[in-house]
Amino acid sequence: MNTALDVAVWRGAEQGRFVSYVVPLRENQTVLDIVTYIQRHLDSTLSYRFSCRVGMCGSCAMTVNGVPRWTCRTHVRRVATNSRLEIAPLRNMKVVKDLSVDMTGFFDKWARAGGAFAPQKTHSKDFAVVQPDSRARRQADAGIECIGCGVCYAACDLVSWNADYLGPAALNRAWTLVNDVRDGARAQRLAAVAGDAGCHACHSHQSCVQWCPMELNPTSAIAGLKRATVGAALKGAL
Amino acid sequence: MTARTETLLWLAQRASAAVLAFAVVVHLATIVYAVRAGLNAAEIIARLQGHAGWLVFYGVFVAAAAVHAPLGLRTVLAETTPLRGALLDILVVAFGLMLAILGWRAAFGLFAFGSD
Ligand code: SF4
Ligand code: SF4
Ligand code: FES
Repeated sequence: MNTALDVAVWRGAEQGRFVSYVVPLRENQTVLDIVTYIQRHLDSTLSYRFSCRVGMCGSCAMTVNGVPRWTCRTHVRRVATNSRLEIAPLRNMKVVKDLSVDMTGFFDKWARAGGAFAPQKTHSKDFAVVQPDSRARRQADAGIECIGCGVCYAACDLVSWNADYLGPAALNRAWTLVNDVRDGARAQRLAAVAGDAGCHACHSHQSCVQWCPMELNPTSAIAGLKRATVGAALKGAL
Repeated sequence: MTARTETLLWLAQRASAAVLAFAVVVHLATIVYAVRAGLNAAEIIARLQGHAGWLVFYGVFVAAAAVHAPLGLRTVLAETTPLRGALLDILVVAFGLMLAILGWRAAFGLFAFGSD
């Protein structure tokens, strides 16, 4: 068995190149462990981002052997081919330095898609009762575990073709709120996600579903938005 | 373009796709039939001319294609070229009109064949 891993890591910003490092192979090792090893032992100038290391914060995503992944929960054994690993920054976002990308555009689109909960004036009303088995609640449930990692956004070809496209994560978030009976901004949100920078542009080719580490289904959420916007448009409520 | 217009255009594309799915099957079936039965052009024309049913069928078929194709083309061009906005809209509307005119002309030509 090999005892070392040949790791090519992207260095630089938009312009840059892959630099090779040799990293000792361990029995149990994540891709994030590899990057951390390089930064601690081989080149302290390497920039990358992480926080929780347990798949909760969504900050550690990178492109590993061509595929967007959360690196803290990706085991080297599962993804290395012939003891080789290529680690690059996420696609569809501007590279700040090395493996860190600028996620501003990604999160701005959450805001543009109406990603903020808009409470109704309920201080005089009683608590909203949301039946756990109601259709809306179950549809919201299917999407709320998003950790905002940007993997789906990097996987989506449409984002690279149409820079204005809101992307799978923002639309998935909007769909959870459309299904939130306490929310008071349904009409505005549907208007925000309609059109050729929004849900109607989605090709349903499901790269987002394929790679979402939380196994969410943004494509299905987007299909829900398509139905909801059409319904609203026909009723003249869009 | 407003969210409402975009949404209705999307709906128009889906609805026209449904019509096309049906029309293309009928169209292909008649082609296969004509080939198998060994019908020549004169025989085909003989069956179509003056037949209002076929005129309506091909009229609807052409309308669906003239709605569906430009909308699809609009998306493809927007995603693969720098074309956007009003210029793109004018281009694809012109393309749709061309499809409609050529298609209806052909369908009506068969219907009215030899009548003048
Ligand atoms: S299904 Fe839609 S959102 Fe998901 S990758 Fe494809 S185009 Fe992007
Ligand atoms: S939908 Fe999945 S891949 Fe996309 S940001 Fe959320 S957790 Fe990450
Ligand atoms: S470091 Fe938090 S999800 Fe990977």
